[in-house]
Amino acid sequence: MIETQTIAFSPERLAEVQTLIKRYPEGKQKSAILPILHLAQKDFGWISVEVMDYVAGLLDIQHIEVYEVASFYTMFHLNPVGKSVLEVCRTGPCMLVGSDNIVKYLENKLNIKDGETTPDGLFTIKTVECLGACGYAPMMQVGEKYHEFLTEERIDQLLEEFSKNATQP
Amino acid sequence: MSRLKILTEHINKPEITGIEGYIKNGGYRALEKALKKMQPDEVTEEVKKSGLRGRGGAGFPTGMKWSFIFKGNDKPRYLLCNADESEPGTFKDRLLMEKIPHLLIEGMIVSSFALGVNTAYIYIRGEYMYVMHILQKAIDEAYAKGYLGENILGTSYKLDLHVHPGGGAYICGEETALIESLEGKRGNPRIKPPFPAVEGLWGCPTIVNNVETICKVPFIVNEGGETYSKIGVGASTGTKLISACGNINKPGVYEIELGIPVEEFIYSDEYCGGIKGGKQLKALVPGGSSVPILPNRLITTTANGTPRLMSYESLSDGGFATGSMLGSGGFIVFDEDQCIVRNTWNFSRFYHHESCGQCSPCREGTGWMEKILHRMEYGHGRIEDIDLLWDVQRKIEGNTICPFGDASAWPVAAAIRHFRDEFEWHVLEPAEATRRNYGMGKSAEPLAQPA
Repeated sequence: MIETQTIAFSPERLAEVQTLIKRYPEGKQKSAILPILHLAQKDFGWISVEVMDYVAGLLDIQHIEVYEVASFYTMFHLNPVGKSVLEVCRTGPCMLVGSDNIVKYLENKLNIKDGETTPDGLFTIKTVECLGACGYAPMMQVGEKYHEFLTEERIDQLLEEFSKNATQP
Repeated sequence: MSRLKILTEHINKPEITGIEGYIKNGGYRALEKALKKMQPDEVTEEVKKSGLRGRGGAGFPTGMKWSFIFKGNDKPRYLLCNADESEPGTFKDRLLMEKIPHLLIEGMIVSSFALGVNTAYIYIRGEYMYVMHILQKAIDEAYAKGYLGENILGTSYKLDLHVHPGGGAYICGEETALIESLEGKRGNPRIKPPFPAVEGLWGCPTIVNNVETICKVPFIVNEGGETYSKIGVGASTGTKLISACGNINKPGVYEIELGIPVEEFIYSDEYCGGIKGGKQLKALVPGGSSVPILPNRLITTTANGTPRLMSYESLSDGGFATGSMLGSGGFIVFDEDQCIVRNTWNFSRFYHHESCGQCSPCREGTGWMEKILHRMEYGHGRIEDIDLLWDVQRKIEGNTICPFGDASAWPVAAAIRHFRDEFEWHVLEPAEATRRNYGMGKSAEPLAQPA
């Protein structure tokens, strides 16, 4: 049976959405699309078609207007992802100081490739382009947090922390 | 030796992040002065006098940009702060917003006042979400203090300031793509004209300025444009944040007075602290991934043999044949063990990934460059690939709606121009090239003298 998730924001979130919409002139509520997609991804984990349709309803715009935006911006996961998405920067300045090895280390340790999710649903590896941390490289972003000056030991520690947090009730 | 720090003097004080700490260290004086003692046009005049140039990369004079704002209709005007910092090698704006957010907010209020703007937005890249929370907190503090909202400081001036997150797209750093994105659309750049100063956000007159540019405005208002113009060298006035990274001992963000020697910046302990591990300097990208890479021999001196300085003019001395650009100040240093082919492939992959796809030369060309460079790096290159690559980049440059096309072409062109021997070696010795790096090659050899 396919599990279905009811897509609806909490009353607090809906109030937040209304505040966001008010930042833009009347009739220009479409501008709130990116901030709302960020909230949706936070609450629902990834941006499914149902989520996009729901956001379209909130903003009173066509579904396609949300699809074309969500598919353009790389931060939105259009497929299910693990609880922790390890977004490792792979661009030049990070590569100069060893990001290739960081990606390899993660792939070996978690036994998955870039773009894949571990079978237990805990981790996804996603290589990304420059995150503006070039002087503190190598680095990865997990959720909103930047983890910089990565080493293999540091990664071991972080993965342990993430696993612990994910399995706690 | 103590040097003038306009933006970063107080940056290491923990209290500076909050509004009281910022005020205690002299903050919001420019707001007081501008709103109570100056006319909007007088502020613009000071910015013009200062010689301030856009710090996002293009270096366009800020005062002149402001003077283009269209005042011939009664449409609202907008000021947008470009905080979409995504040029590889650049991480300076993040520091300002994270540590001293009120400097940006004060700059936004004063600049909005000068431009007759009543609603302004800070468009910040979505990945900097934690920085956006810091900015939001600072904005809330400014509202509570009466620096934002109606009747600021008891005057009739009103301003609303909002933050707006992007969604992960390098192209949204281009001003018309940023505007499209803020309107809730894909970040596809617009054809200019009309320029944003006439028809920008929602068809209204709009000015887009980089974070660092806006942060310079309070100093210029406080001390006067003329004082600012005396800092720096020639038309490169003032200070610039340089974000230094790569194979150096002390990566980080440094505020320099424009005009210091590149050699000093790389080797002095006050800045980069020299090449890591005592290795040799092989190459430098001085202004973010889009600007031409320079080989060793052209870094510390220009082709004429004069010392190369950290300024708009000196870094571009010699044009693209032997020079580069100051750009965004993303200073990427390569040591002798770095592979130019691999790095060029990496950058091409970045541009291919980030192309918005509107213009065929860029959408297709960036993919081709990535593909060709990939096969060279992995031992399947052909000797004719070097000329093919040159041809592809030539067909992108100048043939696209926005400067992204040029930005994707320049790094490839410069790499071939200065490191052709290394590309040839990759093709002729594929087995060896996948095992080891080329080393310095001809990068340190003196230039051939023109006949």
